[in-house]
Amino acid sequence: MTRTRRRKLLSSLFVAFCGSAVVVALTPLAFVLFFVVSQGARAVNLEFFTHMPTPVGEAGGGMANAIVGTLILTSLAAMIAVPIGVISGVYMSEYAGTRFAALVRFAADTLNGVPSIVIGLFAYAVVVVPFKQFSALAGGFALGTMMIPIIARTTEELLLLVPGSMREGALALGATRARAVFSVVLPAALPGIMTGIVLALARIAGETAPLLFTAFNNRFFNIRLTQPLSSLTVQVFTYATGPYEDWHRQAWAGALVLVTIVFACSLAARFATRRLERMHGRA
Amino acid sequence: MTERSRDLTFRIGTGAVALVVVLIVFAIGVELTRQSLPSIQKFGFSFWRTEIWDPVAGEFGALPFIWGTLYSSVLALLISTPIALGIAVFISELCPAVLRQPLVFLTELLAAIPSIVYGLWGIFVLVPAVRAIETSMPDSLRQLPLFTGPPLGLGMLSAALILSVMVIPFTSSVSREVLRSVPIAQREGAYALGATRFEAIRAALYYARTGIIGAIMLGFGRALGETMAVTMVIGNNPRISTSLFAPQYTMAAVIANEFTEAADQLYLAALVETGLVLFVITLMVNSLSRLLIWSMTRSLAPLQEAAAAPAGGAAA
Repeated sequence: MTRTRRRKLLSSLFVAFCGSAVVVALTPLAFVLFFVVSQGARAVNLEFFTHMPTPVGEAGGGMANAIVGTLILTSLAAMIAVPIGVISGVYMSEYAGTRFAALVRFAADTLNGVPSIVIGLFAYAVVVVPFKQFSALAGGFALGTMMIPIIARTTEELLLLVPGSMREGALALGATRARAVFSVVLPAALPGIMTGIVLALARIAGETAPLLFTAFNNRFFNIRLTQPLSSLTVQVFTYATGPYEDWHRQAWAGALVLVTIVFACSLAARFATRRLERMHGRA
Repeated sequence: MTERSRDLTFRIGTGAVALVVVLIVFAIGVELTRQSLPSIQKFGFSFWRTEIWDPVAGEFGALPFIWGTLYSSVLALLISTPIALGIAVFISELCPAVLRQPLVFLTELLAAIPSIVYGLWGIFVLVPAVRAIETSMPDSLRQLPLFTGPPLGLGMLSAALILSVMVIPFTSSVSREVLRSVPIAQREGAYALGATRFEAIRAALYYARTGIIGAIMLGFGRALGETMAVTMVIGNNPRISTSLFAPQYTMAAVIANEFTEAADQLYLAALVETGLVLFVITLMVNSLSRLLIWSMTRSLAPLQEAAAAPAGGAAA
């Protein structure tokens, strides 16, 4: 009798532990979001979006150049990563059983696990050293490299979800494999792939480490790709570790903008996947 | 015949693009080795055994960074593993179905918050809080080697705490997948024998142990390479210490902080070599972790299909 009671007690304690683990993990999330929103909301204003940074030590100013910079860098990254990622994904799903597909999959997973700072070093070696200059291109290259494996794996997974009957139907009508993929299978998975790309972009936009010595930073407005370029993340880093009160204020504002971007993208992606799942009748 | 060759063209064309992914991984290894040659030639293995990091004198020993990286990651793992497993069990086994998707979403949001935002929060919120804990610690405890040094707030403890928060979502989502691949019959069998919830879940966890170790290692790989948040709170002091309060340094952090300031070739090469080793270590940890997870889910895949388990959808 006591033994049963002890076992039941242990069981309830375990359930309580698991429940509290969720609370313990979500507490920092709540704290981070609370501070980012409360500090950021106080700091963010129109000037933040439309003005350039003021000279060092002077209050006011904004991050207009950094916001444009982040947009340029993520676009460059997408231009590199979307074609390579999607086509690699097509290969992995079309020739799923082959040894080469397994190798590509392994490489993509490996690349996904490479620390972002190491990707930065790689981009430095490949783009910055030959051109002897920090540049937007180097930053875009670094971010693109990080994005490739995410898009490749998402594309692969989504293509495998497309019912085999669709591909078979296309092939039965006499389509070549390329035709079947590009006109039937890929369009069927396209909404999901777009969602994956949006999520990957959101993640990339929040990266700092690979930009530190590739795109570097720039206090001035710049759209030339061969020049150093500022970004929201690097700017937040500079301001957060700097000595001025007003810099800290702007760092919080930058963080709020970043978190808003990430949050909006995840939420949008989530609703999109939900709808997709319902459309495809997945339980 | 022509159709055949067109299909072959398609295969070769897409395969060539896919090859790029493989080549990038090789290129990272080759380029980092090439750029770190001056340092490799000058210091050889002593680079990894000496503690002196003196850019002015041109002496570089990376041991403090290796220590800091391993120590902070292991501490983060000690904190995050029980919590992450608790979450995985709660979400996959215990919680009501309505709560499941929102909880998955929230824990994944932990992974979506940019590292720099964690760092900013760390500097202005976590570090002062840790400093307050450190100053309020009784003197008797401060004698222990774990708690020596001035209470700065910036240091190993803050880094380990922030890392553990960042690692939790990775470990918990993979453990959840792994737990889901344990056949339902296995749990039903345990319940049928009169097991309590804890006993049934313990059996499932034991059954899934390979995959769960893989999930923990995946988190370890993330912790090793995490850069910005750690750089901002660990104190950046290249000195080996067992104290949680001591400011220390990690491999990723030293690269982030010093790379743009490195003036001479040898200094740059030493930093790149640090990155090379970080690359190799994370490569090994991640490969091993994938192997474990893969062997676990693969061996169960046929059972899974037979049970026709519902395919839930975590967003990408």
